[in-house]
Amino acid sequence: MRIFEIAAFAVRGLTANKMRSGLTTLGILIGVASVILLIAVGNGASSAVQQSIAGLGTNILTISPQRAQPGSTAKPLTTADAAALVSQDSPDVKYASPVVSAQATAGYGDTTHDIGQFIGSDPRYFDTTNSSVAQGNLFSDNDVQQARKVVVIGATVATELFPGTDPVGKSMLVNNIPFTVVGVLAAKGSSGLQDADDMAVAPLSTTQNALTGYGSLTQIVVQAQSADALPNAQAQVTTILNGRHKITDTADYRILSQDQLLTARTATTETFTVLLASVAAISLLVGGIGITNIMLVTVTERIREIGIRKAVGAPRSSILGQFLIEATLLSLFGGALGVAAGMIGSQFTIAGIQPVLVPSSVLLAFAVSALIGLFFGSYPASRAAKLRPIEALRHE
Amino acid sequence: MSPVIEVRDLRKTYGNGDTAVHALRGLDLIVQKGEYIAIMGASGSGKSTLLNILGCLDIATSGQYLLDGIDTGEFDEEQLSLLRNRKIGFVFQSFNLVPRTTALANVELPLVYAGVRRAQRRERALAALELVGLQDRTHHRPNELSGGQQQRVAIARALVTSPAIVLADEPTGNLDTESSREVLGILDRLNASGRTVVLITHEDEVASHAMRTVRVVDGKVAGVLV
Ligand SMILES: Nc1ncnc2c1ncn2[C@@H]1O[C@H](COP(=O)(O)OP(=O)(O)O)[C@@H](O)[C@H]1O
Ligand SMILES: [Mg+2]
Repeated sequence: MRIFEIAAFAVRGLTANKMRSGLTTLGILIGVASVILLIAVGNGASSAVQQSIAGLGTNILTISPQRAQPGSTAKPLTTADAAALVSQDSPDVKYASPVVSAQATAGYGDTTHDIGQFIGSDPRYFDTTNSSVAQGNLFSDNDVQQARKVVVIGATVATELFPGTDPVGKSMLVNNIPFTVVGVLAAKGSSGLQDADDMAVAPLSTTQNALTGYGSLTQIVVQAQSADALPNAQAQVTTILNGRHKITDTADYRILSQDQLLTARTATTETFTVLLASVAAISLLVGGIGITNIMLVTVTERIREIGIRKAVGAPRSSILGQFLIEATLLSLFGGALGVAAGMIGSQFTIAGIQPVLVPSSVLLAFAVSALIGLFFGSYPASRAAKLRPIEALRHE
Repeated sequence: MSPVIEVRDLRKTYGNGDTAVHALRGLDLIVQKGEYIAIMGASGSGKSTLLNILGCLDIATSGQYLLDGIDTGEFDEEQLSLLRNRKIGFVFQSFNLVPRTTALANVELPLVYAGVRRAQRRERALAALELVGLQDRTHHRPNELSGGQQQRVAIARALVTSPAIVLADEPTGNLDTESSREVLGILDRLNASGRTVVLITHEDEVASHAMRTVRVVDGKVAGVLV
């Protein structure tokens, strides 16, 4: 008897009972699709959280001056200090932006608004703080050199002062000094009590000129080449500053690395990895039980048929072959449909989360479901094929 | 010439220990080629057990069973399935057709397992269906056929391989009088054309078709009426 005949039995077995084949396919489909989708949703949530953490800037060092004690020799942080931090001696430092900040009241027309933070810096500041422009432009190095009165405002300032109008190009008063709004930053959302969007950024020169004077910088914000390069960058910055300030024991500045954030990011990533793994395991289990169930029901129903086939002289190998081919076809077909359903489903936002497909989960779901389908489709059949014909025929 | 069926001291015990049921207790039986035998006996006397063993659907606990002169006791599972396929045609009381499969495909089934090629398979299956008077029902499925028609498909399936023996366990047990008559008529004709037939029945009327009746009492042959 040829394999072709056995395959024909398998195909006829599947088409003879479309309902049963359909339900089995559906069982596998749901199993595979739910695994893919659940993992995609978990992954989507994970990357959303990681993105928002990355948005806070994990590769940032903040250098602030030590408050001068009476009689101390503490030197202020200067623009020259900031410039010196980007050099051959500090390969892990990407940028160093001098920052001054002030309280400021802004006005436009009849409206006034107390800006949470008015910052003077250079264009690198936007990159360092992961700020992107939503409307208009950022200011340029040239604006800084020429001390132009231009300002880029945060989303909160834009909605407070310019409700319903495009702020770009408008003249806004900052402590009664007119500034031209050149851009609006994309909203970052609030982190905790602080509204990260209630701010405005102007060129350092302009801000010092108009608002803060030429004293010490409030901060130097250093961006490392990467989050991993942060410890190296910190060491290099320390060496340079110690040299410039002639420090022998206690430093007259403080370096704050975003250690907590880094720790938080690592912890979050780990939590999500564990969470994803459990989601994958549970959904595989659920999907697997569904597939197992429908396969067992199907085979039990067909043990009598196996008895009939054995009674007319079917060898065990041909019965095994038939059920193996049936299970293979169902598993592959159901699995393929499940992959398609999972991939289509992950295009939609689910419970506010945009799922992100994990390619390996597609493979995992397909492989595990196919294997479960294969096993439970053929194992009970192989057991039944070992029965004496009369035992299979009497099977209830 | 050796008999088609030769059974010596056949025993069959179901289960073990206290719950063991001794269905056959040392049964002897010889069936010659071309015979038509009716097996009768009270319910539970072991008739079906005997026929299942004769049909190689079950295996005896002890004793000897020679089919066409070959000792089946030494056969493994693979050889037994070959034996069922080539030498035995079995008709069940409950028909046992493959569900949702046409009459033709059901009759072709043993031929597929015998490795007969498609064209020849079709030809022989159609001939067998014609023999049982169902040439116009070849593409009906079991649920589209009456009980009598289903049993005739089952008989066509049993005879399509030209087996050495046709075994039937109460083949008319589930049929009305008219269908029973048709089925018995087919078995009569089979026997008349030289086929060995062994059937189990409760009815003297059915047994009267046979050449001889074997009475089974408590797992043994009680007496033979010729
Ligand atoms: N599979 C089985 N398991 C246990 N006991 C069985 C089984 N089949 C038959 N028996 C018992 O064996 C005896 C003979 O049964 P059977 O051959 O079916 O009798 P008959 O066909 O003559 O009515 C009965 O007592 C029956 O209960
Ligand atoms: Mg019986």
